[in-house]
Amino acid sequence: MSATLADKEAVLREMGEHAAVAAFVAGLGEGFLDARWDRGELTLTVAADSVVAAGRAAQAAGYNFLEDVTAVDWYPSEPRFQVSYHIVSHGLKERIRLRVMLPGSEAGTGSGIESMTAVWPSANYYEREVFDLFGIAFTGHPNLRRILMPDDWQGHPLRKDYPVEGYR
Amino acid sequence: MSQPILEAPVAEGASDQTMVLNMGPQHPSTHGVLRLVLEIDGEVVVRLYPEIGYLHTGIEKTCEAKFYQQVVPLTDRIDYLSPMHNNLCYCLAVEKLLELPIPDKAQWMRVLLSELTRLNSHLVWLGTHAMDIGALTVFLYTFREREEILRIFEQVAGQRMMTSYFRIGGLALEPPLDFFDRVRGFIRTFPEKIDEYSNLLTGNPIFMNRLKDVGHLSAADAIALGVTGPPLRASGVDFDLRRDMPYSSYEKFRFRVPVSDRCDVWGRYLVRLEEMRESVKIIEQALDGMPEGPVKADAPKIVLPDREKMKTQMESLIHHFKIVTEGFAVPAGEVYQGIESSRGQMGYYVVSDGTAKPYRVHMRNPSFASLQALETMCKGRLLADVVAVIGSIDVVLGEIDR
Repeated sequence: MSATLADKEAVLREMGEHAAVAAFVAGLGEGFLDARWDRGELTLTVAADSVVAAGRAAQAAGYNFLEDVTAVDWYPSEPRFQVSYHIVSHGLKERIRLRVMLPGSEAGTGSGIESMTAVWPSANYYEREVFDLFGIAFTGHPNLRRILMPDDWQGHPLRKDYPVEGYR
Repeated sequence: MSQPILEAPVAEGASDQTMVLNMGPQHPSTHGVLRLVLEIDGEVVVRLYPEIGYLHTGIEKTCEAKFYQQVVPLTDRIDYLSPMHNNLCYCLAVEKLLELPIPDKAQWMRVLLSELTRLNSHLVWLGTHAMDIGALTVFLYTFREREEILRIFEQVAGQRMMTSYFRIGGLALEPPLDFFDRVRGFIRTFPEKIDEYSNLLTGNPIFMNRLKDVGHLSAADAIALGVTGPPLRASGVDFDLRRDMPYSSYEKFRFRVPVSDRCDVWGRYLVRLEEMRESVKIIEQALDGMPEGPVKADAPKIVLPDREKMKTQMESLIHHFKIVTEGFAVPAGEVYQGIESSRGQMGYYVVSDGTAKPYRVHMRNPSFASLQALETMCKGRLLADVVAVIGSIDVVLGEIDR
């Protein structure tokens, strides 16, 4: 296998048999947007409205453990936010990255992305952390409140338009 | 405060029977500044809500303003009981981005020191866990051995706790001449010391009664709630990143992964005690098979040159100046590197935009995730058991709050 498979077409061609890729093709259809194989890691990009379906498909394919949820702020380009889920399979001993791109306008309103807590309850803290530090609201989250910063804090520190030092 | 942490007590028709109790943030058995808001009915825990963030220092944000090599000392400060694991995980992630091969000796040294770090961390866990239960003596014994490990760290890295010994591309320095003898001397006597702790605790009826069948966590709950490391293995899930997704030449070592299906605090105690014995075996193998060769990768634009070369060779001086003043550019991309730290699966997610500073560094910390399982383990049990359960998941608040 080559070191980098840059797009969905190449991944489907070379890795069509891969458990997660096959499950996403079968289960998501249009919601499966892009794929990338780079530095030994598989990244699967899905549409924001099919993230929970993707979680269920991955779980059914044997990826049983949600290891981490975090975000990246690509300000000022759009779509601004990237939410990354890292999912491990205890059986296959493999990890995949689920990636969702989210426009900046939708992030704070809660219309953008559904909570993964329905599939893995452990998403609770991870999503609270993303909400706290990036201001991305997850719909259907049982207790979406700040976790690391004080409750009355203004702003979201890990956004790129939030200064590292000095005044906000 | 916009909304109260726990709304009015929930027990239906009996709301005047429960009370809300604050435990921490300053409480000797919460291992730092963990605050627990407990709703209790008599002595039985009805609900439990961990309130964290008291130690939040914004390390992830700080990382974005530093050069790649300047992030290494920050990673020490996340989990102050296993600094080398944090160093290792970050370095591996950046090396993966750079696709930089690491010399064998550096990899083996990393394994050796990672396992010493695990012993260091488990010794602190054992001492404080036993102390929480009321067995004060063990603490003095474990800290006696930990002192020797810290001296070894000081000898090799110049620092007892904030070591920063692993660097991008290898190690900071060659280990000193008598380093291997000293480690060998330590691990020769260490298995007896584990027997000594075991003699003090394992057959002790008070200790046993406080731990057995307390803090029950089924395998399905552990996976659903993101629990990793010794608590996961004590729930019967046989998964260890060192064996199952090896890194830094762990695949060349032979060791057993201790698993218990007791699902309680006692099982977690037994698993960690066994893990210490396995770590000793790994250290022995690392000492016996330590390869010869350099401890830094051959990448002059990334790894700082030796001091002597820097003073005598023009090229090295230029490289040294460039690395220190401008850093080194890392090809764009994103990687996630997971390792098995003392507390479970640690992960570093590093995103590069092609410049000399990381675009985003995120740490996945085992304690942060494991804390979510606290309510499941404590609900319906006695208040006094909460202390035993916190000890059994071995939380480090610096790691949770970052």
